[in-house]
Amino acid sequence: MIMETLDARNMLCPMPVIRTQDKVNGMASGEMLEVVCTDHGALNDIPTWCRINGHTVVETVDNDHEVIIRLEVHHGA
Amino acid sequence: MTQRKAAALISGGLDSLLAAKLMLDQGIHVEGINFYTGFCVEGHTHAIRNKDKNKEKRNNALWVAEQLGIKLHIVDIIEEYKDVVINPKHGYGANLNPCLDCKGFMVRKALEWIQQHDFDFIVTGEVVGQRPMSQRKDTMPVIARESGARDLLLRPLCARILPETLPEREGWVDRNKLLDFSGRNRKPQMALANQLGFNDYAQPAGGCCFLTDANYSRKLADLWQVRGEKRYEIDDIMLLKVGRHVRPRPHFKLIIGRDDGENNFLRGYRNRFVHMHASSHRGPLVLLDAESGTVSENDLLLAARLTARFGKGRTDDEVTVSIHDLSDMVTEYKVAPLHPDELPQEWYL
Repeated sequence: MIMETLDARNMLCPMPVIRTQDKVNGMASGEMLEVVCTDHGALNDIPTWCRINGHTVVETVDNDHEVIIRLEVHHGA
Repeated sequence: MTQRKAAALISGGLDSLLAAKLMLDQGIHVEGINFYTGFCVEGHTHAIRNKDKNKEKRNNALWVAEQLGIKLHIVDIIEEYKDVVINPKHGYGANLNPCLDCKGFMVRKALEWIQQHDFDFIVTGEVVGQRPMSQRKDTMPVIARESGARDLLLRPLCARILPETLPEREGWVDRNKLLDFSGRNRKPQMALANQLGFNDYAQPAGGCCFLTDANYSRKLADLWQVRGEKRYEIDDIMLLKVGRHVRPRPHFKLIIGRDDGENNFLRGYRNRFVHMHASSHRGPLVLLDAESGTVSENDLLLAARLTARFGKGRTDDEVTVSIHDLSDMVTEYKVAPLHPDELPQEWYL
């Protein structure tokens, strides 16, 4: 399984989503992406963005300093 | 029959939600576009502060898209947008808000987007008379014309009091099902939201742009004045959103964290600024914003006294302030905190 990573630390909403969106656009269906953020709001936003665009959040990790969101890319119709 | 496709400008507010919903209800395929200028007001921006930590951190545009069941494309226009802020052809509003140029620019970007993605037309939540600059009867045609979108731009909430657009003439949408809202009264939108089952939405009259804020605009104007030109980078405009900004001398200002949340945020900028904090007491992280080499020893002493002024040692005789230079060399100053009488109101930006 290919796991790409995106460092979105020190970015404020909505930049983590924009960077995720741009990264995912260059990935193929089935590939995995790990996004690391310091904006805890990304825990809401990136999963919402995934839901409305058809991608799957596999796991989220929340600790004091950063959050990690792992998602699987699906480029549907 | 081919299903027609519309790109809806989604701000996260009520009007654009309703406009997109009216299109969905007419069988149009709708996808949302949200442009990020750097000046957008987001829940997260406010959530930097401790007092806002418990507020829900949601991006309203994403939330609206999910309510509507549509895709949302968030587009970074920070760089291109600079020209709108710096050289607005139609000028500024009450503050540094270039609303008419802004809306024209966004519709033009939406036009480019629909051309690239093979969509048929553009939808906005504009309402005649809603806003003093960009949503007047005489300025709304300016947006359609100067953006190049012309009659590909449909405003469903007030379409019936505007000339017919191409989607109406072609029968893609039924003009009779469009609305005739006008004026600043938001009750019709709120009633429509209620009717359509939306009871949780961003405050109807809430601004979505820091440039409409007088305090923010004053700080941006100060930045431009000090630089001698209208110029900014993304970090400049982010920092204007955070902390107290105090300019005790024309050639430097201090950005003073107001709580731990802001101190944490400012910590991310430490390596780019001379910065200081009280080491003998609890207190804020302070960034010193000045051109390199312009700050004297007396300036640093004043900055240290100001730093002490905003910390827990403010009433003590002496506070130790650690000042870090750009290579992170630390010098300690033992200073008397500035007395309130020595801090003129006009220093606050």
